[in-house]
Amino acid sequence: MNLSFNILHTLSDTIFDVLPIVVIIFGFQLLVIRRPIPNLRKVLIGFIYVLLGLAFFLDGLEIALFPIGKLMAQQLTDPAFIYGEVEEAVRSLQWRDYVYVYLFAAAIGFSTTVAEPSLLAVAIKAQEVSGGAISTWGLRIAVAIGVGLGIALGTFRIVSGTPLHYYIIAGYVIVIIQTAFAPKTIIALAYDSGGVTTSTVTVPLVTALGLGLASTVPGRSALLDGFGLIAFASLFPMITVMGYAQLSEWRQKAASKKTHRTGE
Amino acid sequence: MKDFILPFLRSLLDSLRDLLPILLVISFFQLAILQQPIPNMGEMLYGTFLVVLGLTLFVQGLEMGLFPLGEAMAYAFARKGSLIWLLAFAFALGFGTTVAEPALIAVADEASKIAAAGGAIENTPQAMESYATGLRFTVALSVGFAIVIGVVRILYGWPIQYLIIVGYAGVVIMTVFAPKEIIGIAYDSGGVTTSTITVPLVTALGVGLASSIKGRNPLTDGFGLIAFASLTPMIFVMGYGMLIG
Repeated sequence: MNLSFNILHTLSDTIFDVLPIVVIIFGFQLLVIRRPIPNLRKVLIGFIYVLLGLAFFLDGLEIALFPIGKLMAQQLTDPAFIYGEVEEAVRSLQWRDYVYVYLFAAAIGFSTTVAEPSLLAVAIKAQEVSGGAISTWGLRIAVAIGVGLGIALGTFRIVSGTPLHYYIIAGYVIVIIQTAFAPKTIIALAYDSGGVTTSTVTVPLVTALGLGLASTVPGRSALLDGFGLIAFASLFPMITVMGYAQLSEWRQKAASKKTHRTGE
Repeated sequence: MKDFILPFLRSLLDSLRDLLPILLVISFFQLAILQQPIPNMGEMLYGTFLVVLGLTLFVQGLEMGLFPLGEAMAYAFARKGSLIWLLAFAFALGFGTTVAEPALIAVADEASKIAAAGGAIENTPQAMESYATGLRFTVALSVGFAIVIGVVRILYGWPIQYLIIVGYAGVVIMTVFAPKEIIGIAYDSGGVTTSTITVPLVTALGVGLASSIKGRNPLTDGFGLIAFASLTPMIFVMGYGMLIG
């Protein structure tokens, strides 16, 4: 009884979130475009599927994954876990003692990104538009590796207390250099994949990790140091997606050279 | 009936596969590293079932509803040929979907706490409330602005990297001048603005526009709208921090 009530609650939340979009689309459709939407019935059914799907999805996450994931983030960042029960040791904790935190950060960043619905949407579209040259699965894995790396580095930054903007600016420099060498077709998609990675699944777990870490590492403040993980998670996928495109281009070139040579 | 059930089952399996990594990571850390049992096994299974079902429905709805809708709008605007209305729609879509975004509301509240703790604003509920609201509208404005720029870029076929590099330069310059406390929030606000329903719609709009205009490639020109929407909030939020602080 309680569970079905929760779903209704999530559903009404989702509908409320979508309301502005619906008003804008139908407003422009009726007042400006003044043409019927093709296959209106199918589109409306699709919209209902999306709403129901998101409500189930969010509710399921809330029941199954978020409580244990958040608890886990707190437990792993707890100095008592990292250094056993020895009180004095807490003060001399080094960045190396957080290995499990970095591992968890990388693993959770990777795995939540694979399940991220907005990334899936972009990947489906990219496969369709590229005629299959960019595979849904390849793009998602490339992005997920980027998020995993980014979040692991971001937790290291919180532990070591180094300024966020140095990392971000260095990342920008790498992105710009890669842009010069990456295949032109991938660039826009790579830039997009930075923004889509962080949404419904990733943000709550990663935020819990950042805030937990910043409030337990000595000398950090949750307010000042807890943020910035999302920024890492939006920057690194650009690097890995362009890297993925560069790699497959090189491999293709190498393969065509080989066949060329055997053909001679 | 068979035509419907088999693809649906396959789609369910796909969703289960998408979810598998999270389940593995969580069980591994719980059992092997923290060495604790998994609590509420029944609830875990029920929740996982809901997530799998939800993801499957979402993907079906995406192909049936959101993608065709975004593309239909793009074609209709291209056929109408009115730049002003297209840009008005682009702005409204960016602004309207961001201003009510729950993740943004959470970030804005957090930012107002930081500003109050740092002494940039008075430490009263009213001052914090108005700071958070101002921040939300700032971000929403910046996303509306971003989609407009992105649409103009698609129309004229400008290469995306020049615009993005200018944006990065903007972020770096603003970082030098912005109050220190706002920087983390500003950088994060770029990532949280794009919601799960906005992304497919905006992507379909961009790809639809690029494929309906002669000489544009849907792959190189159609993508990139989300990139602008994640970049401008950083600049605008730091600007807001400077203005208020």
